[in-house]
Amino acid sequence: MPHRSTPRAGRTARALAAAAAVAVAAATAACGSRAGDEATAAESCLDTSGDTVKVGALNSLSGTMAISETTVRDAIYLAVDQINADGGVLDKQIEIVAEDGASEPTVFAEKSEKLIREDCVAAVFGGWTSASRKAMLPVFEDNDSLLYYPVQYEGLEASENIFYSGATTNQQIVPALDYLAEAGVESMYLVGSDYVFPRTANAVINAYAEAHGIEILGEDYVPLGSTEFSTIVQQVDSAGADAVFNTLNGDSNVAFFREYTNVGLTAEDMPVMSVSIAEEEIGGIGIENIEGQLAAWNYYQTIESDTNAAFVEAFKGEYGDDRVTSDPMEASYNSVHLWAATVEKAGSFEVDDVQEAAGGVSFDGPEGTVVIDGDNNHLSKTARIGIIESDGLLHTIWESDGPIEPDPFLEGYDWAADLSVGE
Amino acid sequence: MRNFAQSRLGTLSGFAAGAAVLFGLAPLVLSGFRLGLFAQFICYAIVAVGIGLAWGRGGMLTLGQGVFFGMGAYLMAMHLKMADAEFRSGPGAVPDFMELAGIRELPAYWVPFASPAFTIAAVLLLPTGLAAALGLAVFKRRVKGAYFAILSQALAGAFAILLIGQQTLGGFNGLSYFRYFFGFTLNDPVNQRMLYFITAAVLLAVVALALQLRRSRYGELLVAVRDAEARVRFLGYDAANVKVVAYAVAALFASVAGALFVPVVGIISPASIGIIPSIMFLLGVAIGGRATLLGPVVGALAVAWAQTTLSEQFPSAWTYAQGLLFVLVIALLPGGIASIPKLAGRVRAKNQARTLEATA
Repeated sequence: MPHRSTPRAGRTARALAAAAAVAVAAATAACGSRAGDEATAAESCLDTSGDTVKVGALNSLSGTMAISETTVRDAIYLAVDQINADGGVLDKQIEIVAEDGASEPTVFAEKSEKLIREDCVAAVFGGWTSASRKAMLPVFEDNDSLLYYPVQYEGLEASENIFYSGATTNQQIVPALDYLAEAGVESMYLVGSDYVFPRTANAVINAYAEAHGIEILGEDYVPLGSTEFSTIVQQVDSAGADAVFNTLNGDSNVAFFREYTNVGLTAEDMPVMSVSIAEEEIGGIGIENIEGQLAAWNYYQTIESDTNAAFVEAFKGEYGDDRVTSDPMEASYNSVHLWAATVEKAGSFEVDDVQEAAGGVSFDGPEGTVVIDGDNNHLSKTARIGIIESDGLLHTIWESDGPIEPDPFLEGYDWAADLSVGE
Repeated sequence: MRNFAQSRLGTLSGFAAGAAVLFGLAPLVLSGFRLGLFAQFICYAIVAVGIGLAWGRGGMLTLGQGVFFGMGAYLMAMHLKMADAEFRSGPGAVPDFMELAGIRELPAYWVPFASPAFTIAAVLLLPTGLAAALGLAVFKRRVKGAYFAILSQALAGAFAILLIGQQTLGGFNGLSYFRYFFGFTLNDPVNQRMLYFITAAVLLAVVALALQLRRSRYGELLVAVRDAEARVRFLGYDAANVKVVAYAVAALFASVAGALFVPVVGIISPASIGIIPSIMFLLGVAIGGRATLLGPVVGALAVAWAQTTLSEQFPSAWTYAQGLLFVLVIALLPGGIASIPKLAGRVRAKNQARTLEATA
């Protein structure tokens, strides 16, 4: 193969580099707004002239989170089908545009932007991990659009563009601590996955423990997905705490509870309070390893009410008798109904109108009546402690006196003064 | 005419055509959102050019470019977070995510990133230097082939785990929510378009640099090391140094791509730089044709584009389609997309020969 001489190639490259530099300089010369200029929100391309209105369903259908997030998607579809069967929203049928978040924050950001700017959806339902929510938040704020996020989370956030239909800390973790304190727990061991929810949750738990005279005997984190627990369980065992507070997520729970049972620890000697184990996960862990342990949520499949019976029946009718319903599924089901109710109240699909009308909108969901707090876009929710019984389901053993008002920054708790930052 | 592609005129017209597509056609036909997405794909293409050099020409199977991509991205993200904090609450302010994590005091290693000049220098020098040091340690010991591949992949895995544990770098969530890019608001469509132009210009510059390296004496030495390292050594060259340069340049390209990725996409987290993203970088290069100049670019763009399009069309089944596509390309086109013209040429020649035979 003939080769060109070096000097000539060098000249070509230099010419090209110079051209590129000129292009960059020319490009930067004509620029848009700078820091400090008035922000201009993008115009929405939402078109409501037809018989249908589009909404987005953005869940991880591939990757590590798919196993959890596909259940949420199923619940969203169920709610949309029900609303459509009842005549739709403002007499329009809802049409779902589905996208796969692929368990990756960057994909969540990309797909949410696509749903807003290309599909012109009225609202988006979905997201699970805090990382995915943090990735989507700027997209929804910049494009002034709406996200309905269905999972309990670590709090310390309140965006005008996000409606949080899962619990914040004072509706899940704080009641769980109250329950343990009432039960006479004086020392605890904290075990969690290494990401923002467990770390923030444990910061809350530490502050609570200090104020209530509970001793924290240890605090351990493992990488997400880790299944090596022999050392940690040994430490938990020898620490001899009254209870373990478990903020592990996903597969790690399987390994943790197996090891816990292996060393002979039981729910009687040292109960484990979990905040990320719902009906879906119990089957994977194996009932023999987890029977009698505790969990804190707002909804269980076993809640006895007519609305829940109808929800469970409708869900099983649609997706099969072997399926279970869980808290995040119920919260996403509620969120679709809450969006529809808000739109009906506002008489409009416009984001500004929906935000304006949202405060006070309520829905009689399977967990009971939930109401949107107009100040922080969270819901008032009833907290429930559940115990895992031999049927593989969670059964309520304690519940709060009625719904708890959402307090994402824990402003109403003196012991949490150092945790929340001014917002 | 056969060597038109290698002639100076050919090179210049090639770049002119590339520039026309990137600066003229793309902004004309793509919506603002799609243009932003294209800018993201171009970032992957910039990484791919580096991999094409190190792997295609140098034979180093770099399974861990996520490390350098991630370094560039985090360095830039740190500057953007500092600039945001400074704009919000004055110099020395703590970025918002740290406040949420309960970190009240700015860690010392963050302080210099308030300076744009320091940040740009760090993006250009840190990953390149690390790659050079690593390359010297590895190649001088004549570690190569699968051992080098495993080592580089382990590095990517370790780097992602290390970052997850760093609360002062956002941990698992990574860094996101950037408002300004060197003083320009990022959510302004005009500035987003400008960012695209900068990314496209960088791609052209990177391709020009790779072309220059390929055509120089160094480029021939690199291929020689790839094909017969022992012989090059017997001729008196230090093969390790030759490899180190290609590896460091690939790291530089990846770092610059990462630094551009952050303002374009608006988030960087350990999920974008670990083992799987590193393999995805490589996959684009393999599909495009690793030994050619433009194969990696075309491959990276094609893989990213296919991924987005397939997942939009078939949200719950696109991974199967993607897998099938990879299998088909690897099985039917071992040389990648770039080998299609050559294959077509061979088929044509065969047909011609057959017609000649028939008429004879």
